[in-house]
Amino acid sequence: MSEQTNAWRFGEMALPHLDSAYNLARWLTRDDHDAQDVTQEAFLRAFRSFGGFRGENARPWLLAIVRNTCYTWLKQHRQAELEVPYDDDIHGGEGRVDSIGAFAPDTNPEAILARLDDVRLVDEALQRLPVGYREVMVLRDIEDLSYKEIATVAGLPIGTVMSRLARARKLMAMHLVTLRDGGSDGV
Amino acid sequence: MECKEALALLSARVDGEADARGAEALDLHLRGCADCRAQQATLQSMREAVSLHATRFRAPLELADRIGDTMRQSAPRSGRTNSRFWQGAGAGAAATAALAMVVGIGVALTRPSHDDLLADEAVANHVRSLQGGHVVEVASSDQHAVKPWFNGKVDYAAPVLDLTAEGFPLVGGRLDYFDDRPVAALVYGHRLHTINVFALPAKDGMAIGSARGFIRHGFAVERWSKDGMDFWAVSDADPTTLVELRALFMAKGSPR
Repeated sequence: MSEQTNAWRFGEMALPHLDSAYNLARWLTRDDHDAQDVTQEAFLRAFRSFGGFRGENARPWLLAIVRNTCYTWLKQHRQAELEVPYDDDIHGGEGRVDSIGAFAPDTNPEAILARLDDVRLVDEALQRLPVGYREVMVLRDIEDLSYKEIATVAGLPIGTVMSRLARARKLMAMHLVTLRDGGSDGV
Repeated sequence: MECKEALALLSARVDGEADARGAEALDLHLRGCADCRAQQATLQSMREAVSLHATRFRAPLELADRIGDTMRQSAPRSGRTNSRFWQGAGAGAAATAALAMVVGIGVALTRPSHDDLLADEAVANHVRSLQGGHVVEVASSDQHAVKPWFNGKVDYAAPVLDLTAEGFPLVGGRLDYFDDRPVAALVYGHRLHTINVFALPAKDGMAIGSARGFIRHGFAVERWSKDGMDFWAVSDADPTTLVELRALFMAKGSPR
């Protein structure tokens, strides 16, 4: 295939997903400038490995590259953010982040949304999640990927995607309660 | 089942990803466990909170340009040795020309063009059709029943195709308003997804553009042109599904 055709095909395949790519990078780096750099780098990597793309679902393929580029960037610039232990045992366990337990009755957040006067708190709460939880929620609830696609993007078994999403949502609920009640010491 | 096991499954259930056996065991557990029912409500509310209220960041206008620039500078290397040398010559020029086109696509994508506005309108129409509960005004899987229904409602022959065998059963049709005119909305199913296809005559004097895909608010939008008609397809299905649908329309043409 000529380079010209190749570039055309890459553009047609990848550019419609630029918003998704940037959105993921923006949520993982939590910074506009860094997200642009990472997205740019990821598109370049994707273009270089485009020869290996066999026409499968383009969005997960591209988002996997964006995600890996983000992780490389985090490792270089914010190593500490990657050092959160995740308890991925599907049957629960006593991991640090998981030791949430049941909600106390007075903070039971099932009606949080009804009482949440400021939806900006949702962004704030999501920002506070450790990156491994944040990414599955962004991929599932903002990008609307299936569990299988998330597994591809994040390089995790589907069972782990499932348990991470469950814990991410529990943790998110706790952060929202803390934020709503005016606390900033939620983490 | 214990509560610990239920949690992960609850989340999968909220996402519509629990398998039948898991769902059954879960239901049994939920019936007798108020705690887990409360948990389910929490997980559901978080799913809604994020999908409805979390910011969906859009790529800044200049990012597509920047990407095009970088790609041009590091065109694909086809030679293993001395590639830098002859990249500067003929191959480099070809790659540069190709990448200029890619940049062109990127620029077109990030400026709110007429296409962008129509993509938004297509999604709005799609969402409204599902909200109203009257996604079709003529419900039939028979193309020969749906096509004549549009007679007298739009001033062109609606290109209704039977794609049942290809996995896109016809659900019916509806009169909608799109791009400042009444248009034929064709409704297809694909697995559990509903697909709206807006078909309208291409505007006079406008060049028929190449096919393009968009993502808007998580919906996939695909536009293409064929035989003087413009098509806009919208669905919550995977974007590749719409690419498949477009290919079918392109292959089958407009029945007369």
